[in-house]
Amino acid sequence: MKKINLKINGLSVTVPEGTTILEAANIAGIKIPTLCYLKDINKIGACRVCVVEVKGARNLVASCVYPVSEGMEVITNSPKVLDSRKKTVELLLSNHNQDCLSCVRNGSCELNKLSYELGCKSDSYDGVKTESKVDNSSLSIVRDNSKCILCRRCVAACQAYQSVSVIGANSKGFDTHIACAFEQPLGEVSCVNCGQCINVCPTGALREKDEIDEVLEALNNPDKYVVVGTAPSIRVALGEEFGYPIGKNVEGKMVAALRKLGFKNVFDVDFAADLTIMEEGYEFIDRVKNGGKLPMMTSCSPAWIKFMEHNYPELLDHLSTAKSPQQMFGACCKTYFAEKMGIDPKKMFVVSIMPCTAKKYEKDRPYQSAAGVKDIDAVLTTRELARLIKRCGIMFNNLKNEQFDAPLGIGSGAGLIFGATGGVMEAALRTVASVLTGSDLNNIDFNEVRGNSSVKEAVYDIAGMKVKVAVVSSLSAARDMMEKVKQGKADYHFIEVMSCPGGCVNGGGQPILDAHTRNTVDYKKLRASAIYKTDKAMKLRMSHHNPAIREIYDSYFEKPNSHKAHEALHTKYVKRNSFN
Amino acid sequence: MGKIKLTSVDFAGTKEQEAELRKMLKELKGTEGALMPALQKAQGIYGYLPIEVQKIVSEELGVPLEKIFGVVTFYTQFLLNPNGKYDISVCLGTACYVKGAGDVIEKIQNRLDIAPGDCTSDLKFSLNATRCIGCCGLAPVMTINGEVFGKVKADEVDAILDKFKD
Repeated sequence: MKKINLKINGLSVTVPEGTTILEAANIAGIKIPTLCYLKDINKIGACRVCVVEVKGARNLVASCVYPVSEGMEVITNSPKVLDSRKKTVELLLSNHNQDCLSCVRNGSCELNKLSYELGCKSDSYDGVKTESKVDNSSLSIVRDNSKCILCRRCVAACQAYQSVSVIGANSKGFDTHIACAFEQPLGEVSCVNCGQCINVCPTGALREKDEIDEVLEALNNPDKYVVVGTAPSIRVALGEEFGYPIGKNVEGKMVAALRKLGFKNVFDVDFAADLTIMEEGYEFIDRVKNGGKLPMMTSCSPAWIKFMEHNYPELLDHLSTAKSPQQMFGACCKTYFAEKMGIDPKKMFVVSIMPCTAKKYEKDRPYQSAAGVKDIDAVLTTRELARLIKRCGIMFNNLKNEQFDAPLGIGSGAGLIFGATGGVMEAALRTVASVLTGSDLNNIDFNEVRGNSSVKEAVYDIAGMKVKVAVVSSLSAARDMMEKVKQGKADYHFIEVMSCPGGCVNGGGQPILDAHTRNTVDYKKLRASAIYKTDKAMKLRMSHHNPAIREIYDSYFEKPNSHKAHEALHTKYVKRNSFN
Repeated sequence: MGKIKLTSVDFAGTKEQEAELRKMLKELKGTEGALMPALQKAQGIYGYLPIEVQKIVSEELGVPLEKIFGVVTFYTQFLLNPNGKYDISVCLGTACYVKGAGDVIEKIQNRLDIAPGDCTSDLKFSLNATRCIGCCGLAPVMTINGEVFGKVKADEVDAILDKFKD
């Protein structure tokens, strides 16, 4: 490829043709601030924060979309540039709800950081503000357009990652605002609640529906027996909220913090992931042996389930009927564990800590109440858990490592890897192969289904049968896959789908990373690596070897897919239309 | 939110209109930049672009409904509200306004029980507030289907609207 030589702030840089000034500056180690720009999905040159001076150009140019050319001389920090950026941000502030003191994004707001760095005054321009109402209609996501700066990063995430496209810019000029078609509330359209929009929002215009107060109230209610379970991917992301590097496993401190918060039992949803493997794995074996609907598709990711209900209702019977690990966890707490402990399930309050905003929606779905009451009472995202820990004055970084409680806190490495794309497939293959061949495999690392590409395929020879699998992450990749299934061009036996790109490590409830980090660090890989490293070091790496799983079948559910297991651990789906 | 006025008129599209719309959309599907001509033609068929019509455009062209709505609310050429049989425009330009056009439009709103930009549920009258239409000597001015009424007083509104009974 042709190389281009240019100078940025006097420094000579050589980059491939087609590179933008912003990318070239990154390569040269020069930081240009950005606001609307998101690598791969939002290159619109709209916000004008990344402007730079190019010698010979009439005006300042937006470096995120301006390609380099031979001999170009760029200045990224001249007085003219700095003044322009400052004015741009001050104009944004003039129409911004400056509720910064109590904003959920206090400390992680990119607009706040920019206005600090650029020396902006918050009241340089006084004028009319656009009117807006907070959209509280969704069970997962809250939109407050008074804090929206119209960068369209959420719109890009909804479209490019998920192909859901339920939000966009309506009206024009000063009245422009991000909303749904016909101004319908977010809770009434085909939004799947994945929360990727929240993760890319630079301000507090999007946030999860906060359930911290409900959890605190339950913890302080003497009539409630409050237990908690953490999803696999929480432990490799929570540390970021307390200053640890991306990809640090803080499981021990997380367990200690939860115990300090007053939860009666601190459990691990990895256990329920193992249980999912048993139910889903045996369902798969049954479908293969008895001519059931194939390819079978995983059912762990609630945004994926709602996406299917809206867009492919005719394919719903491909989905495994197994509940998600969160719901199996709640079901086990309120049936098996409540019986064992002699606790009335109505008095039990089960909290799950999830990397996911769609889990908030999932907990209120029908057919999710094994004990006659909701399986799960409250869902906190990783971010909410961090806020709860901070609010209660727990010095997270100083905590000594502690361990989960038995029995629902015993999980295998197979359960743990659910947190990354490909993990459910690998965990299932470990158990299914062992069950079908009648003995454990020597090598249980299924490297072909690991990694961050949005579609992975593999064929495995299991007990004389060629098992063809596919692993998909992001709903836009899932949509392509479903089109293939519809056309009969997908001859797979088993398909894993995770809604969020990279799986739960990049879920919509995970710690928010600013655009610069998202654009320059492979954070999904770092978080996933921490999961696979931990799995590799574990002795218990297969779901069917988990002693707590054996115990729950021996003493309660009898065997996988038994009648009793079906009643408590499986669910039903509903047909919807593509609009709402 | 914004200044978008959604219609309160029930959709009354016919099967023939829908067949024409779907046929047109199938012909346009796949061509680059199909959305703008599709919406123009759809508006030609129905007179406006309610949610029922935009959903059909979305289904046939495979374009997300919100994207269509974004385009429709961006361009003033697209209407979210039907025009009535009698389309009333009241000039709220400076001259008309100081001469009492505000009282005139208020009187019309009260009588028809609709806001500017809207249409009565029987599709008989639609009401629009317009900018200067260039005959300030007649202020305040209103037009009904192009017929000009000048120097209108609020208490003459009933008599004027009574002329458009059928």
